Amino acid sequence: MADYSYNAVMARKNEIMKKAVGIDYSKFQTSTIAFDYEKMMRETGYTLQEVQEIQRSVGVGNTPLLELKNLTALVRKISPKGKGARIFLKDEACNPSGSFKDRRAAVSVYHAKKLGYKGVVAATSGNYGAAVASQAAMRNLDCIIVQECYDSRKVGQPEILEKQRKCECYGAEVVQLTVGPELFYTFLRILEETGYFNASLYSPYGIAGVETLGYEVAMQCREQIGKDPDVVVITHAGGGNVTGTARGLIKAGAVNTKVVGASVDLTGLHMASDKDFNRKSFTTGHTGFGIPFATWPDRSDVPRSAARPLRYLDRYVTIKQGEVFYITEALAQLEGLERGPAGNTSLTAAFYLAQEMDEDQIIVVQETEYTGAGKHHMAQLSFAKENGIEVKFGNPEDERAGTNIILPEHPSLIRARDVDLIKLKKSYIKNCIENYKVDEITEKDAEFLAEDTKLTLEEVKNILSEINVKVVK
Amino acid sequence: MEIVKKGTYVQVHQIVLNVGERAANLPEETQKVPLEMWVKGYLNHDAKLGDEVEITTLTNRVVKGKLVEVNPCYKHDFGKFVPEILKIGQDLRRMLKDGE
Repeated sequence: MADYSYNAVMARKNEIMKKAVGIDYSKFQTSTIAFDYEKMMRETGYTLQEVQEIQRSVGVGNTPLLELKNLTALVRKISPKGKGARIFLKDEACNPSGSFKDRRAAVSVYHAKKLGYKGVVAATSGNYGAAVASQAAMRNLDCIIVQECYDSRKVGQPEILEKQRKCECYGAEVVQLTVGPELFYTFLRILEETGYFNASLYSPYGIAGVETLGYEVAMQCREQIGKDPDVVVITHAGGGNVTGTARGLIKAGAVNTKVVGASVDLTGLHMASDKDFNRKSFTTGHTGFGIPFATWPDRSDVPRSAARPLRYLDRYVTIKQGEVFYITEALAQLEGLERGPAGNTSLTAAFYLAQEMDEDQIIVVQETEYTGAGKHHMAQLSFAKENGIEVKFGNPEDERAGTNIILPEHPSLIRARDVDLIKLKKSYIKNCIENYKVDEITEKDAEFLAEDTKLTLEEVKNILSEINVKVVK
Repeated sequence: MEIVKKGTYVQVHQIVLNVGERAANLPEETQKVPLEMWVKGYLNHDAKLGDEVEITTLTNRVVKGKLVEVNPCYKHDFGKFVPEILKIGQDLRRMLKDGE
């Protein structure tokens, strides 16, 4: 009989994953650290045209690009003369399950069906669960979603409880856990027991699915405005949204468009803490994922993540929880669009970034998400108060995640705060050296690190020499 | 206590990892509590609330656990009214109209 103890199952991780994702990652490995990323995307993914067809067949994508005229007018009221870019919003809430995650799920579930799997499993507490469940329903596959949902008092985060309901309404089975990274153990056991496909967010399919989003943004800007966007702002968590969107922009030829990532600042809260779990008002799109996944993308549930945000980010900013709730209300009140708060992370950043840009420039926010009970700024602020978080008007600079939520006293107090990308890139390189346990690397590894961080080979070599790592032939 | 009939849709609770079995490098407050799991499915035999039971889930998996809820329902909502939210809209609409 198989050993189902924690250590035994974790030791079988690679074997279980190989069966559940159907990709032999070893064939893309070119050196100790290096692997051929583009080859992996080409050989295991789908072409843009194929993805467009798959998505069209299930009603995913081709969402409207809306100009936010009143928010732009508000930006111009608080900007220096001549500043205040036009803000456009890609209304991804129009996808079947209510978020851009349908794009990722559409390709993963299509692939699972094609390979003959009877069902799909995904480990997610977010919109991706609903997306996989919805796509599985369309393709007549079984679906299990594994969620981190409750603290040890069995108090559930309202947003995750809503996601449970939505997954179940599409016929999925939802397995709910308390806080902790050992969710992965339960996930592996279910994969092993069922033989279902791992609809990982980080597979080449999951990323190829988002490429259409970036592609549509570029094409719609050309059709509606007659030019490429100057800036696209993308909510950053696990890295797939940034990676896929940026790749899509490049495939459309929008190579001068700046790619800006945005996360909610949850500094000070521990993601594996039973106490902190319900002291945060965002369950994704925050720095608790954004920074670790940028500095070590291969922490995901597949051996080599296809989501590699440092390859594409031109700038990375953070915003505060209170600022996002404020902008969520502003979107409803000024634009008549009631959308979920987590999806408005990038909109909040854009509200500030537009003030730095000229009036004739274009800034695109590339997502929205559905809203409803639990998944709403009213539900989140009420829940925060119940958990002892102070909610008040003031200067967002004074917000401390887990202690208070500060709604800006005035919209001019909203800021996007720059994260030092060079620091993240150095940290990623250092993590590679530590995790692969090497003290010298090959020229090929160094070249890979340059590609993977959007740095020059010389810059990578300088960073390596700072940490006493030699590059050998 | 009332008997819950075989075939009723229920939720069960299971301890996945006990205190002491949890992964290393967890914050202390998480180390001190077990990893718990809740799953829903059809009851495989008559039982009472609190009994150790066996269920069959929607994907035909058989799962054991303590019977904690019968016909489990959704209780999440929009929370209590948060008056601060109303002020945001009023402020912004005034600002746009009056040109502050």
